[in-house]
Amino acid sequence: MSLASIEWGAKPRKALGSPLLGRLVVDIPLLLTLIVIVVFGLVVLYSAVGEDAGRVVRQGMRAALGFAAFFVMAQIPPRYLRIWSPWLYCVVLGLLLAVAVEGEISQGAQRWLDLGIVRFQPSELMKLAAPMMVAWYLHDRTLPPSFPHLIALGLIIFVPAILIAEQPDLGTALLVVSAGGLVVLLSGITVRLILGVAALALAFAPLLWMTMLDYQRQRVLTFLNPESDPLGAGYNIIQSKIAIGSGHLFGKGWLNGSQAHLEFLPERSTDFIFAVLAEEFGMFGAATLLVLYLVLVGRGLYIASQAQDTFTRLLAGSLSLTFFVYVFVNAGMVSGLLPVVGVPLPFVSAGGTSMVTLMGGFGILAAVHGHRKLLPA
Amino acid sequence: MAKRSHTLKDHWREQRLFLSRIIAAAVIVLLLTSVLIGRLVQLQVVDYQRFSELSQDNRLRIEPLAPTRGLIFDRNGLIVAENLPTWQLVAIPEQIADLDAVLSELEALGLLDPAERGPLVDLIRSHRGFERVKLRNLSETEAARFAVRRHLFPGIDIQEGLVRYYPFGPVSAHAIGYVGSISSSDLERIDRRNYAATSHIGKTGVERTYEDVLHGRVGYRQQVVNAQGRVLLDPAEEEAPDASAAGLETRWPEPGRNVVLSLDMRLQLAAHEALGSDRGAAVVIDPSNGDVLALVSTPAFDPNRLAAGLSRSDYSALMADPDKPLFNRALAGRYPPGSTIKPFLGLAALQHETKAEHDHVYCPGFFRLPNNTHRYRDWRPQGHGNVDLHDAIVLSCDVYFYDLAVGLGIDHIAAALSAFGFGPPTGIDINGEIGGVVPSREWKRQQFQRPEDKVWFPGETVIAGIGQGYTLATPLQLAHATAVLASRGARYRPRLLIAEESFEGGMSYREPDELPRVNADERHWQVVHKAMVDVTQAPRGTGRTPMLGAEYVVAGKTGTAQVLGIAQDAKYDANQIDERHRDHGLFIAYAPAEAPRIAVAVVVENGGGGASAAAPVARKIMDAYFATQPRGVVEDYVAREH
Repeated sequence: MSLASIEWGAKPRKALGSPLLGRLVVDIPLLLTLIVIVVFGLVVLYSAVGEDAGRVVRQGMRAALGFAAFFVMAQIPPRYLRIWSPWLYCVVLGLLLAVAVEGEISQGAQRWLDLGIVRFQPSELMKLAAPMMVAWYLHDRTLPPSFPHLIALGLIIFVPAILIAEQPDLGTALLVVSAGGLVVLLSGITVRLILGVAALALAFAPLLWMTMLDYQRQRVLTFLNPESDPLGAGYNIIQSKIAIGSGHLFGKGWLNGSQAHLEFLPERSTDFIFAVLAEEFGMFGAATLLVLYLVLVGRGLYIASQAQDTFTRLLAGSLSLTFFVYVFVNAGMVSGLLPVVGVPLPFVSAGGTSMVTLMGGFGILAAVHGHRKLLPA
Repeated sequence: MAKRSHTLKDHWREQRLFLSRIIAAAVIVLLLTSVLIGRLVQLQVVDYQRFSELSQDNRLRIEPLAPTRGLIFDRNGLIVAENLPTWQLVAIPEQIADLDAVLSELEALGLLDPAERGPLVDLIRSHRGFERVKLRNLSETEAARFAVRRHLFPGIDIQEGLVRYYPFGPVSAHAIGYVGSISSSDLERIDRRNYAATSHIGKTGVERTYEDVLHGRVGYRQQVVNAQGRVLLDPAEEEAPDASAAGLETRWPEPGRNVVLSLDMRLQLAAHEALGSDRGAAVVIDPSNGDVLALVSTPAFDPNRLAAGLSRSDYSALMADPDKPLFNRALAGRYPPGSTIKPFLGLAALQHETKAEHDHVYCPGFFRLPNNTHRYRDWRPQGHGNVDLHDAIVLSCDVYFYDLAVGLGIDHIAAALSAFGFGPPTGIDINGEIGGVVPSREWKRQQFQRPEDKVWFPGETVIAGIGQGYTLATPLQLAHATAVLASRGARYRPRLLIAEESFEGGMSYREPDELPRVNADERHWQVVHKAMVDVTQAPRGTGRTPMLGAEYVVAGKTGTAQVLGIAQDAKYDANQIDERHRDHGLFIAYAPAEAPRIAVAVVVENGGGGASAAAPVARKIMDAYFATQPRGVVEDYVAREH
């Protein structure tokens, strides 16, 4: 409600007359696709958790929370997001530091900040805060950005990413980097610069390798040769490939996946749920889900192309493409194309935090589209 | 605003640029999606047949294969840790329908201890479904009892396994340590995959420190099993020649590497038996390279019982024993060094020229600081009369060293002792070592909280002269410092591991780790050396009696450390006070005096004087070294005890 009053504060005449619902911003194509994916996800999850209805209900409640985030974010005019961006970024960065310090004290992996009532992962919020900050930084500057600005943008992206990678949560760090980096790419930097940065990244790869923890290195090595580690991470990949491969065209049928139900597939309700889907619904089921994801990405890119200012354009483009990174990294990892990094399958993997931030991201997309000023044709 | 039109002009360019980027991104998204779809086609259409076979009727099971743990030898090639075959009771979690029921039945058969139920359930739950979880080692009869009922227990099996065995049992327990079941805290410091088939891990001593050398690398074999878990195809079986054709792989484990220790079991055994039922410790070091020839702490424990798995109550009893058999006194026992500190301080005073060799001090039986009535007593109430440094060491005159300490000053004392390796841990290559204390003004400032406690008092310097007060040293530190005396300044980091099997198969020997020398004039070393020889040779030497009849010459120093403060006019009477408050006896020595080959330190807790309690232990160790004991004792011990 306070958001609404801020919005109306600028336009006192409207505030008196129109009820909230009258101005409700909803993007119907996004909403419908999201609903279809979430329902499909719950159906798959029911099988993946061994027909445990309780866990499906809990996931349904998380989805409801996600839709609430979608609706709330859709109502906020993007210019407020722009104004809040630096503050949001600083607060989330502060939280990340707090988690790092706390983790230093307890000497273990620390991702959660305990606020008494709720525990949440600040790193998750960074997936939204980082691209917003980068878009804010670029919104009133001449594009494409010059080299000194690129340095500043690099700091904005990599400081939180390194903090998150230290937690250690390589998957989330990767998504933060790609969310921020995609904004920079979309801002129109030259192809030559992109290639230059890529070369630089390659040069820094050994450094990254040295800072990685043993288990992270092991995952990369296992990815390069899964059979070298059939007892550890390679086991997951071998089993998920068997699950996917045995699904054939139309799958073994819902609740009939032997790999999943004989508990041979690890992490089948979270990161590896795509294998359950592919086993039980076959290639067509898996491809259908990918197409649904493509619809979301396509709608997002369309919204970005129609956006009216630099900030919303960059943010919308980055959010859409980051969403695709999620999909590609998860599906690629489960099918053995990419190393195993902890990235969930959007809206399908059990878990609450990514559900809420992703839905919030789509809420922002809806807002970008719904709060446009109509220009004369 | 002039800037506005400028921005507006860029605006269109920016939008065009942005649009081109969005289109490029859309193309890439479509390409990557086709890659995903292509991968699905590859897995689900092209390779469908293979994956379908793997999943529908058969399942691929990976059985980890445990590496054999490396053996441990003493310096003469005697085995001090090996692996013996045994029967193990194992569980395969995925094949057990009702875990509680199965465990109850096993308990009813007397094969499991009901008190262990909780930890066992946790252990089983923490493993993957297909991993074989070792429950415990079985005796022959227990294995037979289970074997006849095996069909009643799906998911429970017996398998041949190896159990760690220490032929010398308690004798080597504190040096070699022991292996025990992997605990959750162990899991945090190991690579879990490498331990997929391993049930035991080094807990203390050499077993723990050289875990990575001894353990080896896990292997595995792939088996094809049906839905009930029955093995259909096992590449390890002779009758499965087509295993490799089915794409099944076996990788044999890499056994752990053998290691050779510096320990000489003759000395280890002699020290252990000489200490007998006393609480105490003995450490023997080779002054020429830092090799630890013996490292004994008593009472000890039987590492074989720990390796086989103690029951909860037995373990609690071991932990609750007031004599603390699990406590490694040689590495972590901190004792006031008492008079054994005197040779080191004597050398320091000569070097700093606060005392010359023939400076005399009159000893009336007590010492007083100027303008102070407090009497610091000599151990000999009637005093020693006029003594110089040589006499003061031979007779262990306290008053001389009170005077020496005051002249030298606490900071020089601290520096001199630190140079000999007192204070921080020596850095021996097994863990569990704790450093001692070398007090100084700086140390006191850091150690205490209240400002009035941070001040250094002159009286504290006085008693530091006889190794009392705050000064603490471990038996290992004493042996190390004695080795430095023996070699006249050369210092080597004490070490237990001298060689390990290289990956090629031969033994690779490690170089001694040389530390900064202690520098002193040769004639000063000689004064101290001569005095320590006379401790055991001169008619009035405090260490003469225990060394009578030795075929070699020993340079030594006795020490007695007070456990209880004695009031100003009270008299110490061993019979009147509780045994636990009696003095600790200490003795340091090196031999042969003319060309030292071993340095020894012995501490006997509450044993009374150093000459009566500790020196006889050192004598027996040195006798063993110089082979005045009959040969073959070590072999006899193993034959007798096991």
